[in-house]
Amino acid sequence: MATKSLIGTYNKKGQKIVDPDYLFYDAPRERQFMTGSEVVREAIKRANVDVSISYPITPQSEAAAMVGDLWVEGYVGEYFRGENEFAVMSECAGASFGGARVFTTTSGPGTLRAYENFPMWVGSRLPIMLNMMVRGVNSPLSIQPDTLEIGLIIDTGMLIWHAESAQDFFDYLLMGYMVAEEPDVHLPIAICIDGFFVSHTKDDVYIPSADFTLPPYDPYRNPMPVMDMEVPPVRMMRDPFVMKSNYISYATQASWQQETRAACERSRKHTIRLLGGLIEEENTDAEILIVSSGTAVAQGREAVRLLAAEGIKVGIVKIKTIRPFPYEEVRQATKNAKIIFVPEFNVVGWMAREIKASIPDNHRVVEGPHVAGGMTMPPEVIVEEIKKVLAKKKESIHE
Amino acid sequence: MSKYSVLKGPEAFLPPAAACEGVVLPDPGQGLIQGDIVQETLAMEEAARKFLSAKNPTLFPGPLVLWNWNETAARKAAAIKRLYDVLKSHNSNALHIPMPDYRPKYPKIDPAIEINPNHPNLTIWYNKIDVCMFVGVHCHMANLSLKIIRGGTDCYTIAMCAQAGHEDAMITFRDATPEKIDILTNTVERLKASGDY
Repeated sequence: MATKSLIGTYNKKGQKIVDPDYLFYDAPRERQFMTGSEVVREAIKRANVDVSISYPITPQSEAAAMVGDLWVEGYVGEYFRGENEFAVMSECAGASFGGARVFTTTSGPGTLRAYENFPMWVGSRLPIMLNMMVRGVNSPLSIQPDTLEIGLIIDTGMLIWHAESAQDFFDYLLMGYMVAEEPDVHLPIAICIDGFFVSHTKDDVYIPSADFTLPPYDPYRNPMPVMDMEVPPVRMMRDPFVMKSNYISYATQASWQQETRAACERSRKHTIRLLGGLIEEENTDAEILIVSSGTAVAQGREAVRLLAAEGIKVGIVKIKTIRPFPYEEVRQATKNAKIIFVPEFNVVGWMAREIKASIPDNHRVVEGPHVAGGMTMPPEVIVEEIKKVLAKKKESIHE
Repeated sequence: MSKYSVLKGPEAFLPPAAACEGVVLPDPGQGLIQGDIVQETLAMEEAARKFLSAKNPTLFPGPLVLWNWNETAARKAAAIKRLYDVLKSHNSNALHIPMPDYRPKYPKIDPAIEINPNHPNLTIWYNKIDVCMFVGVHCHMANLSLKIIRGGTDCYTIAMCAQAGHEDAMITFRDATPEKIDILTNTVERLKASGDY
């Protein structure tokens, strides 16, 4: 494989190209205290990115600007500001069609403005990395944290991972490329973090030396030919068979969609190996569970500690990947639970819907607590919700 | 949920992608037979038996081996030609139908001499192909085509993939090299000589 043959050589910046597993697991790591935006800078510095395109929108602007600094320093091949988010995502597609490893970031209304591109990226099998620092999208305007935005991209066909912490974020950014670029996957990936809670707060992050970098993207492993105006999907964009009114055209279009969903399924195997599973679980023998993703898990952990102090045993399940969704893992992890709480930073409860669709006896799911629009979710709010529901139950679940 | 098997069709108006039914691609050294992971040698034997017992065994080489874009492609092409020659010597109906690119063909494809991933069933039906092997076809196009074949034809499909394999084929190999294609050819020759197929 061309990529493997480059291991041990040096890129233009002089970084040593190492085996991804070495970078992820074996290379010595040093503790740094940094914001999520700074995590982007440090991860992309080690990701051998060819092209990054940006457009300012809170809260991702700072991270995007830092990637610009990496371009000045020679860590990123090309960098420029697009005309708006739709243009940015279209330009990312062009770069990826041409065989580049691409990185971009967006948030909130920017995500929605760019939306048309995401299923196009998927159908074209472009392994672009999109970092979404999620925030409110609705009127009245809010720049504050809210995860509704993730629920809106769930069925675009992209891989979607949701980081709980700055450390997750650093690791997901690097590992995400390795999964997204596998030839049997080869899909865009959205690495999501909760805006401000992760992007603008500092946390301990353990990172390897910037003397090391991932192997470059190898476009010759692409499951589609690199950009060519005479072959699909580009050919289809100018001469689409989907415009033909016959069964075979419809069936081909449907099969094309199925294949991109199949590619998402294939990512499970690679993701499980790198992330150690699609979920993380603690005390799932408990009758009460908290199941969620992102910083709702972090708040849930603190609620578990508070409840334990009162003698109430609660377990927790952290969902790392929203797409592919860990249906079987969630089913197994919740099999002993009598009540499943799903705290979320949005008003619609998309995560609760996913969990309800995954498990038997889904009346066990309590949708909430919910906060949104920038509200924090103090652990006491989760504790209060759990106690309120328990009070309504006849049986005691105290240990 | 009962285990999904990747069987020859016609399966359905719109069959599912095998990956979405829980079929997982093999690791290096392994292959798939009808959705089950097996040792690659076993898959070689099964593919050889299918070729030898077919009425119209057919190879569908794609652009990755039809165009002389690197030294490995040329060696693979030679290996595929050798496999075809062995099949042809066993069965004069054996075919070799290229897929040189993926362009839609207008006003319609000539199914006697070409195959297109978007409507491969036309070529399968026209030539009454009962066993075929894809080789050198970009993975997305191969999966697309293999699933459409399973949906609408009774053709048994084999995929010789240079990457991770194709679960939408009934038999798949991964990490294909010229040497691996030669092993398949040698297996065909061995079983043919033994008469055990």
